Amino acid sequence: MASILETAQWIESWPVAAAIRESGVLFPLIESVHVLAITFVLGTIGMIDLRLLGVSARNHAVTKLSNEIVPWTWGGFVVAAITGGLLFSSQAHKYVVNFPMQMKMIMMALAGVNMLIFEFVVSRSVEHWDSDTPTPTIAKVSGTLSLLFWIGVVVFGRWIGFTIGS
Amino acid sequence: MTFHALCEQLSTTPFSMLLQNITWIIPMTQSVHIVCIAIVIGSAAMIDLRILGVSGRSQSVSGMSNRLLPWIWVSLIILLATGAILAIAEPIRSLENPAFQAKMLMLGCAAFLTLYFQRALSTDHAFWELTPTRRVTAKMAAVVSLVLWIGIIFAGRWIAYMDIAFG
Repeated sequence: MASILETAQWIESWPVAAAIRESGVLFPLIESVHVLAITFVLGTIGMIDLRLLGVSARNHAVTKLSNEIVPWTWGGFVVAAITGGLLFSSQAHKYVVNFPMQMKMIMMALAGVNMLIFEFVVSRSVEHWDSDTPTPTIAKVSGTLSLLFWIGVVVFGRWIGFTIGS
Repeated sequence: MTFHALCEQLSTTPFSMLLQNITWIIPMTQSVHIVCIAIVIGSAAMIDLRILGVSGRSQSVSGMSNRLLPWIWVSLIILLATGAILAIAEPIRSLENPAFQAKMLMLGCAAFLTLYFQRALSTDHAFWELTPTRRVTAKMAAVVSLVLWIGIIFAGRWIAYMDIAFG
């Protein structure tokens, strides 16, 4: 059973990882798309979270807002994940032991769990409070946690840049 | 005094040195900067996509704009403040950097475009829908706006990479 480090080194040996590492411009380019995608994900999720918190779009039904926004959030997330994977592969053995990177992944996992709970538990009763302000407490908790986790992703993500060795 | 000399002097002021010496200030300020960028990008993109008829069709252009534009302007103010802190903390790295200068140029254009679009809406909320010419103009402006905001993000990221040559 390969260790995490061995797996990381194996990923780093892939041609695409080597290409990104050796090209002067590929990393910045992919990274810029990554940053763009992340800001898009945070910005769109923020709209839904702020609606759940009753701070914005109060006269829009939660489900309607969600249906319009969420496909874009997913699109952004897919781009962020692909570009993130590419960036990661280029120096996998360094990223895998980097504390902020590990925290970033944990934050994303927590955000994911929070969204699953919202989707399968909190949303069950949504017809009752779809057009309401304020939304039920549990929806507000979900929205707050979502904001905190995704902002955490941004903060830890920025921190990686300051701590990754060259 | 040359621009470079001015930047050097700025970097030796007490405030600049304070920002440089407290390790968490620059990363934290950058994080706030990025979160505000997310608000601007999310909001501007949603409005532009609505104008282009690609998304949000259950809302009117003016309804969506009225809801989202305040967020854009407040975030731009915070971005200006955090940006100023970052520029004062590292004047040479930012002010003399071509990527930074390109970013400021695009930002000026994007802000002007947003302001112009908003003022027309405030005179008549259906302003951009009244004639075929205006509808096309609005769509072109939406595309330009998207390109500018994306360019601003790329230029912003690229400051770090041109730093090596100019820092």
